[in-house]
Order: sequence, then C-alpha cells, then structure tokens
Amino acid sequence: MNKVVALTGNEAAAEAMRQINPDVVAAYPITPQTELMHKFSDFVADAVVKTEMILVESEHSAMSACIGACAAGARVMTATSANGLAFMWEVVYIAASLRLPIVMTVVNRALSGPINIHCDHSDTMGCRDSGWIQLYGENPQEAYDNIIQAIRIAEHPDVRLPVMPTFDGFIISHTLERLEILSDEEVGKFIGAWKPVHPLLDIAHPVTYGPLDLQDYYFEHKKGQAEAMKRAKGVVLAVGKEYGALSGREYGFFEEYKTRDAEQIILCLGSASGTVKSVVDGLREKGRRTGVLKLRMFRPFPAEEILSAIGHAKSIAVLDRAEGFSGLGGPLFPEVRSALYGRSDAKVINYVYGLGGRDLSPEMILSVFDDLEEGRITDREAVHLGVRI
Amino acid sequence: MAINLKELSKKSIPLSAGHRACAGCGSIISIKLVLMAAEDPIVCTCATGCMEVVTTIFPFTAWKVPFIHNAFENAAATMSGIESAYVSLKRQGKISGNIKFIAFGGDGGTYDIGLQSLSGAMERGHDMLYVCYDNEAYMNTGIQRSGSTPRCAATSTSPVGRASQGKKQYPKDLTKIMLAHNIPYVAQASPHRWLDLMTKVRKALSIEGPKFINIISSCHRGWRVPVDNALDVCRVAVETCYWPLYEVENGVWKLNYTPKEKLPIVEWFKDQKRFAHLLKPENAALLSAIQAEVDRRWNELLQSCGGTKTS
Repeated sequence: MNKVVALTGNEAAAEAMRQINPDVVAAYPITPQTELMHKFSDFVADAVVKTEMILVESEHSAMSACIGACAAGARVMTATSANGLAFMWEVVYIAASLRLPIVMTVVNRALSGPINIHCDHSDTMGCRDSGWIQLYGENPQEAYDNIIQAIRIAEHPDVRLPVMPTFDGFIISHTLERLEILSDEEVGKFIGAWKPVHPLLDIAHPVTYGPLDLQDYYFEHKKGQAEAMKRAKGVVLAVGKEYGALSGREYGFFEEYKTRDAEQIILCLGSASGTVKSVVDGLREKGRRTGVLKLRMFRPFPAEEILSAIGHAKSIAVLDRAEGFSGLGGPLFPEVRSALYGRSDAKVINYVYGLGGRDLSPEMILSVFDDLEEGRITDREAVHLGVRI
Repeated sequence: MAINLKELSKKSIPLSAGHRACAGCGSIISIKLVLMAAEDPIVCTCATGCMEVVTTIFPFTAWKVPFIHNAFENAAATMSGIESAYVSLKRQGKISGNIKFIAFGGDGGTYDIGLQSLSGAMERGHDMLYVCYDNEAYMNTGIQRSGSTPRCAATSTSPVGRASQGKKQYPKDLTKIMLAHNIPYVAQASPHRWLDLMTKVRKALSIEGPKFINIISSCHRGWRVPVDNALDVCRVAVETCYWPLYEVENGVWKLNYTPKEKLPIVEWFKDQKRFAHLLKPENAALLSAIQAEVDRRWNELLQSCGGTKTS
C-alpha cells in the first residue's frame, strides 16, 4: 500500500534504509551525502532499526568495514559521494571481487579538483569498471525505489555483486518532492531475510576470504565476475517487474519517453532527464518527433536493449555529466555508440554538460535537438554545453 | 587461565603445516603462538604482507579458523566490520557463542599505511586484538624501509652508499602511540619468550575492548642473519633493551623482563649484516648516538614502570 510523503532525495534514501533495516552500516561524512546519514543516525539513536553503525575515520575504512561485516554474514549498507568514493576506490573493487552484496548509495558529486560540492557523475563514472552494478535515479522516488530493489539484486544467488544506486547531489538529494513509499511490512517481505553464504562467523565451517590469486586462477575468477554481471541483467528485470507489481512502479534498464517514433533522441542519466522530458513535450506539441531515453542501469550496460529502443532514430545525442579526458567526450558516449555501431544508421553525437553542478537549462536542451534535427554537428568531438570557453 | 605445555600439547594448531613462509621466519612463529594462545573460537584477518601471502595462495589456505584478507592498510577497519556484524547478529539472536577477533599486520601495514585505520578502530572501542608482527621493514615487497626500521639499518630503499649510512631516522614508537589511545591493554612481546607472549595474548583476549600487542619478529632475509637465528636475534634485541618486554593494563605499566646485564646495542648489530657498516671505526659516532637513543628510551620506560615490580 503506497503512502504519499514529501521527502528530499537524501531523506527518501534514509527512509529506504530504515525499512531495509540492515545489520551493519559504516559511514563517513561527505557532502552532499551527509543528510542521508544524519537521518539514518537518528533512526539508530531512536532504536527503530537493529543496525550496528560504525562511524569510521575515512571512506576507505567505511568500505573496508562493510567488506568485513558482509563477509562475516551481515546485511550491509553505506553511502558516500565524490572524493569519498574515490578514496575507497581500491576496496570498491575488492568488495565486488569477493562477491559481497553490499549496497552503497552514491549521491553524485563532482570529483576534485578543483574542489566542488555540486553534482556531476565523475565520481560514479570513475568506478564504472569496478564490478559494481550501477542504477541511476532521476528523483527522490527513484532514489527510494532503486535502493530497495538494489538489496534484492545484490543478494540474488545468480548475482551476488555489490550495487550502487545513485542520484544527483543537491538537485535531488536536497530537493523536497512528492513520492510514494511502501509499508515497512511490504519492504521487509519484498527484500526477505538475508541468508549469508559462507559467513566468517560460522565458526564450525571456517573459510578463507581474499587469498592470493596468481596466474593460475585470477583470470578465471575475473571471468566469473563478468559472467555474474551478465546474469544481473535478467535479475534486474525480474526484480523491477516484481517491484512494479507491488508498488505500481515497474523498472527496467531504462525509461523510454516518446522514443518509439522519435527521429531525434537524447540519451542521458539522472535528474537531467526530467528537464529533457519537458522539452520533448514542448517540441512534440510543435510536431517535432523527439524523445528521451533515460538510462537507469549503466552497469551492466544494456547494449542490445539500447539498440532496440533507439536504433531507429535519425540522430542521437548522448549527454554526459562527466568529462572523460579522452578527447572524445564523456564515458557514456563511446558505450552507446558501440552499442549502435554497424547496426543502426543513427548519427550519434556527444554533449558534456553540467559539470560541477552547472545548470542544464531547457534552452540548452532545445539547442541540442536543433543541432540533431539540422545536422549541425558533423565532427566527432564532444560539445560542451553551457561552458564559457 | 595459565598456559602450560601440557595443555598446548593437546591443542590443535590453527595454522597448518605446508604454508610457504621462509625457513627461519620469525613472523610465522609469532603468529602461530598468538593463535595457539586463544581459548575461544577466533576469526582472523591479516593485512597484505608476508604472512597473508605465505598462508593463502589459492586454492590453498593454511588457516583452520575463519580468515579474511582485504587489503594492505585496512586490517583494523575490516575487523571493525566483522566485530560489528558479530555484535549486531548476536543482539538479534541470529548467532550464539563467544568469538574473539584478531587482526594481524606487519610493520608496514601497521606503523605506516594502516595507522589511520588502526587508530580509528582503537578509538571506536571494537572488541578486538590487533597484533603487529614487526620485522622492521617491508619484507614482502623486497625489504624497503618502514616507520619501524631502526636507524642506520640498510634496506633496499635506504641502502648504504657513499652518501648514506642506511636509514636516517629513528623508528616511531608505535606501542606508545597505541597507548595514547587509552585502550585497556597494550604490550610488547618477542617470540623467543613464548610463554610471556602467549600469556599476553590470553590476557588481552580476556579483556573487553581494543587491545594491541607489538611483537618483534625477525626476518633473516631483511636482517641478514643466519636462517637458524630467528629466535636468538630477537632475544638479543630484548637483552640490549632495544625491544623491551612490557605491558600496560588499564594504565598500569609493568616491565615483564629486565636483563640481568643490559647488553650494548652493538651486540644486536654485530649479528645482522644490515648493520655491518656500523661496526666500522668511522661510524663510531653513529653507533654511540644510537646507543644513547636506546638508553634514553629504556630509561623513559623504566620511569613509566617505576614502582611496579618487574617479573
């Protein structure tokens, strides 16, 4: 039974965590994730959750403690942003390679330097190859929904990989919006009890985690991880469908907004898609066949499904909220173009936007659709939207 | 409960034979003694380093108790997570029985890269024992100097050369840094006095809260001593008062061993080729400076232990 509430993105995420009621949470403060953990600390202080909270001395230790706790047999969560995620980078990889179903919310923020506390995706894009499943949310509703589904996806026996639900710093984390939440009982039933696999605390069955893995086995273990990531696709869909039946909000790899007959399509992640949708609505009224594909799941990358969804377009703009410093633009672009390569006639171009929290205005999006329709962008270099140089 | 050989002879060794530590490794002896001192079930972790490498080459493991290796600098943080999971699951009635938690790290993983993680875990008060097997350099990566390497020791990054007499600095006093955390139990031990070491471990495990034991652990590769000298070279470190055996329990200092005759530091140096250059006449000034520093630290310790009976 959905209940309508007004919460910021951070509050919605904290509410999801309260309902999940994890055994252990380890966290370290970083803006804009801080409020999420303030709220959750209130739940711990009031004993409305059973969680043992570890207030560590760094993000590196936050993820290290999550790894220890999860291997020990606990259901474990944390949250971070930007430099915090960068600081834990080493152990982010280790969590995935140990196949520990940790759920870590990342409130997207620009990576230093220069230091900046506002939104872009340079933090989560930085660990795109870490072996974590990544789910990007558009608004507080999706922040809430993704976190609950993340538990099910991570712990699924075919997957057993950590999941990173994300949403945009300040734009979503600090914005109060209307959303619908499930009852505690519904969430509890949906996620079910966590049955740890080979927990360290099972003294009668001692296991060794994290051994030295050399030329003779490392490769096989990495392949196993890659296979699990592929299997995650089916699980993400199944969990999204089941969640839809429960909440009325079904989730897949992406949201197709007016794309079916669209000639010009924008593909983007996170909060920007809301703005793009409203521009598409305006253009549709004028008879322009535009649409937006809001990618929810960046890891694993749903290449085939993206091809099916937007391969028919005449032109596609990929909006990256991170600079890849490759000379080719952002990190999302090459993956989308690879998905379409040789199998679609669509012209695919790249825009980098919104770095360090720079606003993405409807006028900018309009200019992108104009570029697409008029074929103005002919070279392969990314366009940086709204930058003064 | 007191430790005796009769009891130990009946105990299974939690670390199997067939691990790949060097013959004559001091660290593996230290770790084995620590593990054998535990009475309750234990869960262990170890920072990246010699002991992790030689005990866990996949698909084999020498650990007969639950074990996790995470990374180099985070053994203490990893153990905080395990201990917190234990506290949480026990509170919820999902597990029962007592389990003790032991984290191991070499001096690189403890004095240097893991110090923040260790400090945080101690400050938070997790019920765990952290054991540093201190072999005084980064032995696993090829004998580079660490924050624990003695002054003038030749290592691969502080070699002796025309303009160098080995490491330029004195080591930091990690045991005292841990004491400054005001934790209930801190001690220094040596594997050559196995009963003292094991008694300290058993005592530490009987105390609730964070505990730290620093164990000098020779490395014949790095110290350049004969393979059969693992324990004797530790003994001389104690007899010269370079590595005093003491403990501080709830703020009360106790010297566990006073040499009958305090040997000059050169007695420790002369058996180790990493200090060979210090025996040259032209380095006499360095040698006496080091002796003065050893004396200063020893006298400071005697003062701290003042009024307590030595044993």
